[in-house]
Amino acid sequence: MLSEAGGQATLLGGTTDLFVHWPERMLDADGVFIDLSGVGALRAHRWEDEALVLGGLTTFWDIIQDERADREMPVLVQAARTVGAVQIQTRGTWAGNIANASPAADGVAALMVRDAVVELTSCDGIETIRLDEFYLGYKQMRLRRDQIITSIRVPRQSCSVERFIKVGTRQAQAISKIGVAIAQSQAGWRIVANSVAPAVCRCRTVERALDDRVPLPHVDALVELLGSDVSPIDDIRSTAAYRRGVLARVLYHELAPLCEWVGPQRGAS
Amino acid sequence: MDECGLVTIELTLNGGCVRLEVDPGERLLDTLRDRLGLKGTKEGCGEGECGACTVLMDGVPVNSCLVPIVQARGKRIETIESVDRAQLSALLDSGATQCGACTPGVVMSAAWVMQHPELLHTHGLRELMAGNLCRCTGYDGIIGGLAAAIEAGLARKSEGEG
Ligand SMILES: Cc1cc2nc3c(=O)[nH]c(=O)nc-3n(C[C@H](O)[C@H](O)[C@H](O)COP(=O)(O)OP(=O)(O)OC[C@H]3O[C@@H](n4cnc5c(N)ncnc54)[C@H](O)[C@@H]3O)c2cc1C
Ligand code: FES
Ligand code: FES
Repeated sequence: MLSEAGGQATLLGGTTDLFVHWPERMLDADGVFIDLSGVGALRAHRWEDEALVLGGLTTFWDIIQDERADREMPVLVQAARTVGAVQIQTRGTWAGNIANASPAADGVAALMVRDAVVELTSCDGIETIRLDEFYLGYKQMRLRRDQIITSIRVPRQSCSVERFIKVGTRQAQAISKIGVAIAQSQAGWRIVANSVAPAVCRCRTVERALDDRVPLPHVDALVELLGSDVSPIDDIRSTAAYRRGVLARVLYHELAPLCEWVGPQRGAS
Repeated sequence: MDECGLVTIELTLNGGCVRLEVDPGERLLDTLRDRLGLKGTKEGCGEGECGACTVLMDGVPVNSCLVPIVQARGKRIETIESVDRAQLSALLDSGATQCGACTPGVVMSAAWVMQHPELLHTHGLRELMAGNLCRCTGYDGIIGGLAAAIEAGLARKSEGEG
């Protein structure tokens, strides 16, 4: 159907992005809309031995309500609970959050910190791409117009640390000023930030410093590392330098109690 | 879909079956207010922020301004018109409403919370009600009233059982 529409169709997920300013928005679109909600099989999520598999229509609320997710992957539930408010969580989908490609996407940050992989389906078959390799720039991603996100696989590796922190103007109902997801597992540290670059991104320089236990005695050390990881977008919500500063302080505050090499060094005078 | 682009949709509205010929892209909010004459549901922002348009769809609160009617196909919709006033008297008596613009949405979210007290094991009332903005009351009246209504509901229930 998608290829029939000449790759011009817009898919309807939970429509919490698409229906804002409807119907004026409809006039901008190319005209063909395909409602995914009739495809029942896309809604359910399931637990496999190796991964939690979200469907292309699984909502934030589906995961908030899953006690097992709360136990095994709290970062997903924490991030989901900051998305808008309940009325947005009951409709908004994880796949829509990914495909909308906002630099402020909270769901994306939580999925990326857990090394999630997206599965894209078209007439040509199925393609899988790691979420941390999915975005190419502002609203640019490796998703063709004839592809549907049919599932998102979140590996069930256990994390000794995992959390999502959002610093915004209001807790709920605000597109985040900054959201950061932190995790540590056998794969190493993961730090994923949103709203500080054209797309949600891993802060690989910081991750490497943490893996190598590079002493980070004060916030400025993190500000410097982040300089090579993020390129904040100067928009009206806040300035670039401010955002990088906030991100550094949040990370410092979170990491200092977890890593003895972050914070004032013991024995130093 | 016919040649005018209309589709036939059936849904359950406040317990009754409704059949409509509509543009699939019409907002559920407009279907309710303009087509079905249920004016209790209000439009505030039209962009998912304020919650004035909250209805229950298959039992959970959604912003009807963000729902294309085609996605309400086969669903159970409940609006403010279905709410039993007696159940809400504690809420409405507590200063939870002033100008009333937010009230229909507040009542729908509140009714949902009252139907699902188990939500309070994981969520606080303020988080559950955060999708309903109110410019007048400063929220204490809403939260206090809802807490009182839940208490009253639980008391009624245990009386009924005892
Ligand atoms: C008031 C309000 C507050 C919000 N707050 C937040 C917030 O705090 N944090 C946050 O991250 N987001 C927030 N959002 C944005 C939005 O709710 C999320 O991005 C949500 O995840 C979008 O999902 P959806 O299913 O509603 O997407 P839709 O609106 O249905 O679609 C969004 C885009 O994704 C495409 N798409 C949808 N599903 C698929 C699929 N399976 N395959 C391919 N493409 C697909 C659509 O074609 C469209 O381009 C908010 C929105 C509103 C209105
Ligand atoms: S009118 Fe729908 S949320 Fe404000
Ligand atoms: S009573 Fe006026 S907005 Fe809530």
